[in-house]
Amino acid sequence: MTRFVPAVAFVAMVALFAVMMLSDRNPKEINSVLIGRTVPDFALPTLDGGTAGDAVLKARGKPVLVNFFASWCVPCRAEHQTLMDLAARGDLVMVGIAYKDRPGDTRAFLDELGNPFEVVLRDETGDVAIEFGVSGAPETFLIDRDGTIRYRHWGPMVGDTIAQRLAPELEALGLP
Amino acid sequence: MTVFLVALLALIQSADGPLDDSAAELRARALMREIRCLVCQNQSIVDSDALVASDLRRFVRTRVAAGDSDAAIKDALVARYGDWVLLSPPLDGRTLLLWGSPFGFALIALGFWVVRRRRAPPAEPAPLSAAERARLEALTSGQDER
Amino acid sequence: MIGELGHAALILTLMLALMGATVPHWAIARGDARWMAQGRALAVAQFLLVVTAFAALTEAFIVSDFSLRVVAANSHTLKPLLYKITGVWGNHEGSLLLWVLILTLFSALVAVFGANLPTRLRTRVLAVQSALVVGFLLFILLTSNPFERLAVAPLEGNGLNPLLQDIGLALHPPMLYLGYVGLSIAFSFAVAALIDGDVTPAWARWVRPWTLLAWLFLTGGIALGAGWAYYELGWGGWWFWDPVENASFMPWLAATALLHSAIVMEKRDALKSWTVLLALVAFAFSLLGTFLVRSGVLTSVHAFATDPERGLFILAFLALVIGGSLILYGMRAEALAPGGLFQTVSREGALVLNNILLASYVGAVLLGTLYPLILEAVNGDQISVGPPFFNFATTLLMMPLLVALMAGPLLSWKRAKLGRALAVLAPFVVTALLIAGLLFWARAGGAVMTLVGLALGFGLLAAVIGETRPAQGRWLKALARRRRAQWGMTLAHGGLAVLVLGITISEAWTTEVLTTLSEGEGVAVGPYRFELVEIAPKAGKNYSAVAAHIRVMEEGAVVADLWPEDRSYANPVTQTSEAGIAARAQSDLYAVIGEQVADGRWSVRLYNKPFVAGLWWGAALMVLGGLVSLSDRRLRVAAPARPKKPAAQPQGAVS
Repeated sequence: MTRFVPAVAFVAMVALFAVMMLSDRNPKEINSVLIGRTVPDFALPTLDGGTAGDAVLKARGKPVLVNFFASWCVPCRAEHQTLMDLAARGDLVMVGIAYKDRPGDTRAFLDELGNPFEVVLRDETGDVAIEFGVSGAPETFLIDRDGTIRYRHWGPMVGDTIAQRLAPELEALGLP
Repeated sequence: MTVFLVALLALIQSADGPLDDSAAELRARALMREIRCLVCQNQSIVDSDALVASDLRRFVRTRVAAGDSDAAIKDALVARYGDWVLLSPPLDGRTLLLWGSPFGFALIALGFWVVRRRRAPPAEPAPLSAAERARLEALTSGQDER
Repeated sequence: MIGELGHAALILTLMLALMGATVPHWAIARGDARWMAQGRALAVAQFLLVVTAFAALTEAFIVSDFSLRVVAANSHTLKPLLYKITGVWGNHEGSLLLWVLILTLFSALVAVFGANLPTRLRTRVLAVQSALVVGFLLFILLTSNPFERLAVAPLEGNGLNPLLQDIGLALHPPMLYLGYVGLSIAFSFAVAALIDGDVTPAWARWVRPWTLLAWLFLTGGIALGAGWAYYELGWGGWWFWDPVENASFMPWLAATALLHSAIVMEKRDALKSWTVLLALVAFAFSLLGTFLVRSGVLTSVHAFATDPERGLFILAFLALVIGGSLILYGMRAEALAPGGLFQTVSREGALVLNNILLASYVGAVLLGTLYPLILEAVNGDQISVGPPFFNFATTLLMMPLLVALMAGPLLSWKRAKLGRALAVLAPFVVTALLIAGLLFWARAGGAVMTLVGLALGFGLLAAVIGETRPAQGRWLKALARRRRAQWGMTLAHGGLAVLVLGITISEAWTTEVLTTLSEGEGVAVGPYRFELVEIAPKAGKNYSAVAAHIRVMEEGAVVADLWPEDRSYANPVTQTSEAGIAARAQSDLYAVIGEQVADGRWSVRLYNKPFVAGLWWGAALMVLGGLVSLSDRRLRVAAPARPKKPAAQPQGAVS
């Protein structure tokens, strides 16, 4: 039967490819290892000239949604309406982190498209993004009432991904 | 518009220069070669122009300068990005098969070959017939096959 | 109109190929010599039709006919003519058409030059080739039609990725495809032999030149790809163990193993089922490469824009062709009785060792390439398998191969005395080891592996030279008597030695400096001083750039002037870095210009890379060796069959 070993190995390989292609995975997306962990410690200047840290993401009585965005990031523009809609629900604390952006540009971006955020932090060096395991803008984290990260949305929150990925995660936090 | 954007990006990019201490810089660079760039696929952060690669280079250099060990720096990155970020997958139960494969495949192939030869040992060829011997005589002056 | 002509030509080809894939088998079953002969005409006709289609597409690119979707998406009127033409295969649809063009070209070559083949075998081979053409044409016509029209033609096209606007890369795909597709001939021979259950030493003799031809192109194609990465990507590297690079490397390894096992089969009538399997597997790796590049199942810097529908189509095709052939192999291989015998220590034994190591290596490369995918499918974990693993596998398996390669060619056929070979080699290898040790010491050492690499490289080079020395008599006379096939081996093995030296030395002793410079400032890189003379904007035909002039000095004398550029293309919007390189025998001086940092200084990467030339020389020697070997009359494709081989004619053959 050793003669059939190549054929069997090959069939296994084809099955592997078929399974991976038919699943809706994006080979570019890296799973976040922060899920289930507490928000990392950090402190950043805010857009208003103040300072804020991980405290704004923890124990707020409501789940928190943190969005890494930038004025120069095109997909961020695309998902902005989703953020505005989420802010309008009122059952989420919305926090924005401007990723490698200049304050003036961030302000202009939010003035133009509307500001869904309660507070906007400035991560000009991208150091805090590394703490969150972010690889680029936009990325969004959903944090529960205890300050534990529950979900990371990779890429823009647009189209089908809202219903397929984001909505179930919100529901899991008791937000229909 | 593009030129403007690129210039802008260059400006907000914070310094990604080498460390002053050349021994530390060498260690940092060796380490960076083992860290996978997150957005560009299959390149180390040394070989990438991506923004986040530049940030990670700074991350590594800062920690090298602070005297962290290689293992500690790698652990710190794995804690943020997972095993994915290491170009060399850690040797554990999941990767034993992988790391063992070069040796394992050679062993299997060699074993397969030996078993097959055992089954049909290289017998001495049958003695030459008279006709063959005569032909051999005629050919002995010829050169060998090589 | 021209587009429709091309489209029609492809449909007609599909019909001919369908005929070519079926009728000959029926003709063989009936013993109908007239219909069997039609296979040759069908093969040539398919080729001519695909040439027509390819010419039609090329014309559309040259005149920028943006009513064709492919042209609009991948070309631009401002592109230089050369890159309009090479743009034909710079995209998914066109590159597939190129693939089919080459496939039919090889069929036509077999049809025209295969006069020495038994009719039955040739007929089967051409029928299998036709079946492959059917598969690829269905793929093109159903999912990737290059002649698809747009309802409204845009005024201007999207342009070609500027990274691809490079002559090395323009030639890289055709070269690689000639290699990939060339292996289809070995595949078709194997399938034909399995169908008839008739595998003879003569079969190995017929397959070998075709494999050698494919191997030549693969070697050249891989070298061009490495050269492109080195010159164009601007990171100073030339091989990244990217899945797509591995996809071209695996068929190369399999073809290399096949070339060596075919020798044993031809000589000793042994390793039959193994050789046939290698012929199947080598082409399987070619198809796998195509699948990996186009399916998007693995991410890669080289991948085409992906589309799951296309991926599934190729996967189905792959499953059918390779799966089918491997099952056929499973059913028939038992019938391939092993033939002649040989001792373990013999030339055959050395070639078996070569095959064991190469096969293990290709297995490890395959597993490394797919392992992240396997693990993710099993438990969802995401890991990366990068250069450290592949370098480990290479070191572990290629070191013994190189050692065996030193002695192998000196062993005599059937049974050999290792001691005699070693006695011949000793003076050469000892000299080589001395050279390696001295060089290592002179460069103030380094890692142990560097010394090992040097020893293996120089040792192999010396052994290759030593092997040409006759046991008795004058050396020069013996050289003159050597057959071309032997010269081919010497050159190819010598090329490998040079390649090993190039890799070892350039990896170990490269000096890399990353710094910022302002105009007039300089920095030391190894023994050289790199000075930024001037940096200024520059306008190209379809790009704008920042161009630097970097002068390299050694002890006050100018050694080279480097002109690195940072280019910005408008269509499509892309930035590329053109490295400034002075390629010299002893070392490459390499400069890449980066961004301007805030205070008016420019970031630069500067390298002194010793003996990178060894890579290109090594590859060139290997290609040359292949060519010389191919020119050996004994192996020549068109050479008349030797009268000594009547046993090879299967029953019922009509020539």
